[in-house]
Amino acid sequence: MLLIECPWCGARDEPEFTYGGEPAVRPGPATEVGDAEWTGYLYLRGNEKGAHRELWCHSAGCGQWFVMERDTVTHATIAVVRR
Amino acid sequence: MRYSAFSLLRQGLAGHAGWQQAWRSPPLQPRYDAVVVGGGGHGLAAAYYLARVHGVRRVAVLERGWLGGGNTGRNTTIVRSNYFFPESVALYDFALRQYEQLSEELNFNIMLSQRGMLCLGHSEHDMEMMARAVNAMQINGIDTELLDAAQVRAELPLANFTADARYPIHGGFVQRRGGIARHDAVAWGYARAADALGVDIVQNCEVLDFIITGGRIAGVRTSRGDVAAGAVGLSPSGHSGVLAAKAGFRLPITSYALQAMVSEPVKPVLHMVAMSWATGMYVSQSDKGELVFGAGLDLYPSYAQRGNLPTTQAIVAAMLEIFPAFRRLKMLRQWAGIVDVPWDYSPILGPSPVANLYLNCGWGTGGFKATPAGGYFLAHAMATGRHHPISAPFDLGRFSTGALIDEAAGAGIAH
Ligand SMILES: Cc1cc2nc3c(=O)[nH]c(=O)nc-3n(C[C@H](O)[C@H](O)[C@H](O)COP(=O)(O)OP(=O)(O)OC[C@H]3O[C@@H](n4cnc5c(N)ncnc54)[C@H](O)[C@@H]3O)c2cc1C
Ligand SMILES: [Zn+2]
Repeated sequence: MLLIECPWCGARDEPEFTYGGEPAVRPGPATEVGDAEWTGYLYLRGNEKGAHRELWCHSAGCGQWFVMERDTVTHATIAVVRR
Repeated sequence: MRYSAFSLLRQGLAGHAGWQQAWRSPPLQPRYDAVVVGGGGHGLAAAYYLARVHGVRRVAVLERGWLGGGNTGRNTTIVRSNYFFPESVALYDFALRQYEQLSEELNFNIMLSQRGMLCLGHSEHDMEMMARAVNAMQINGIDTELLDAAQVRAELPLANFTADARYPIHGGFVQRRGGIARHDAVAWGYARAADALGVDIVQNCEVLDFIITGGRIAGVRTSRGDVAAGAVGLSPSGHSGVLAAKAGFRLPITSYALQAMVSEPVKPVLHMVAMSWATGMYVSQSDKGELVFGAGLDLYPSYAQRGNLPTTQAIVAAMLEIFPAFRRLKMLRQWAGIVDVPWDYSPILGPSPVANLYLNCGWGTGGFKATPAGGYFLAHAMATGRHHPISAPFDLGRFSTGALIDEAAGAGIAH
C-alpha cells in the first residue's frame, strides 16, 4: 500500500488516488506535426526502472492533479510537485 | 536420454540414480549467429525453433537470473484462443495447436489439460457482449459456445446462484479447448530440446547494453563479457522498455505488477477454468489441488515483483463473492510478476527501429498461452529478417499507422 503525499491534503492511502500516466506535452500546431511525433506523444513511453515521472489525481479527495516522481523499484516517493 | 514409461520404470528400479542432466551449463562463447535475450519460455522456444526450423548453428539464450524465473514461472498457466480479432485468433490458435502436440514433439510432458475455460456473464449487457464475442470467435473458427444460467450451473455448481448474489450469474460462454498447462515444463521442455540441438543456454548472464556499429546491432555487452552476434532477439517481458532504451528507442509499453495467489490444496472441487468478465477474477484448480486465482493489474507502473495489498484484497473479494464456499480456505502463497503492457493489449513482434534487433515483447498479462507462437515468430524474424505473415499485423509500426489490434476492448482481455 502506497502512502501518497497529496500536495494539498497531505499523506493519504493509495486507494484514494488514480494513476494518470507519464506527463507528455501535446505537440502543435496539429497541421505541422508528423506521424513520428504524434506516435511519440500518443504512445511511446519512458517506462523507466527507477525514477519515473507520473501524473496522479487525488480522485477520492480534493480532485487535483499533480506530478509525482516515484521509484518504480522501491515505490518510494522522490518528489511531489503541484501543477 | 528419451523420457518414456519404460525409462521411468527402469530408472525407478535402479533407484533413480541414472537420470542425466536435462541441459548443459556451457561457458559463454565470444560469438554467436543468433543471441536471444531472456530465458523465459518465449526466449527458449525461439532458440529451439532457430535451431530446428531454420538450422541456425550457433545460438545462445542469455538469461539474467535462472531459467523460467520471470513470468514463465509466475503465471496462472491458462491457455486458450478465444480472442476477438482475426489477427489475434491466427496468432493464439497457432500457439494452442502447437501446445496440443508439444509434449510429443519435445518428449517432455507439459501436462496440457484442456478442461475448458468458462467466462461468466453477470448481467443482460454482459450476455449481449458475450453473444457478440462468441459470434466473432465462431466466424474465426474457434470452438466457443454461449451458455445459459442453467448450463453454467451444471458446470460450476459451487458458484453463487442465490437471489441476492453481488454478481448474479446470467450465463456465460466456454471454449472447451482452453485449459491449463504446466508452466515450468514448457520452459524446461524447450530448454532440453534446444540444448539437444546445440543451443547454449547461459544463466546468470545479464545483457547490460548493445554493441552498435553503423546503426546496426553487432553484439551485446553482458555481465560476463562482450558477445558478437549475427542477429539479436529481445524476449525480456517486463524489462522490454529497459532494453529498448539501451538500444536507443522507446516502446508503446508500460510495465505493471500482476499478482496471483494459491489456496491450500483440497480435493477436486472445480473442473474448469472459471473467469468473471466484470471483476477480472479467474480461478482454476491445480493438479495438486490448490485453487489458483488472480485478476487485474496493480494500477500503477512497477518493477517490484510483489504486488500491493489493495489489489490483493479486490481479487480475494471478487473470488469469495462468486465462490462463497472457498471462504474457509487458507491462502498459501501470493506473488507477482512484472508484465509489459502495450496500449492495445496485443504483443509487439518483428523488426525493431534498430537494424538486426528483433522484438518479441508486449505479451503483457497473457503470453504464457502464446509461448510457442512468440518463440516461433521471433525465430522466423531473426533467421529471415522479415515477418511471418501471422506476426506481420503485430509490427511496432501499427502505432504510427493506427492499425491497432485492440483486444483490450475486443476480447475483454484476461490472462
Ligand atoms: C501473475 C501472472 C499471471 C499470469 N497468468 C497468465 C495466464 O494464465 N495465461 C497466460 O497466457 N499468461 C499469463 N501471464 C503472462 C505470462 O506469464 C507472460 O506473458 C509470459 O510468461 C511471458 O513469457 P516470456 O518468456 O516472454 O517472459 P519471462 O518468462 O518473464 O522471461 C523473460 C526473461 O528475461 C530475463 N531478462 C530480463 N532482462 C534481461 C536482461 N537484461 N538480460 C538477460 N535476461 C533478461 C528475465 O530474467 C526473464 O527470465 C501471467 C503473468 C503473471 C505475472
Ligand atoms: Zn488532495
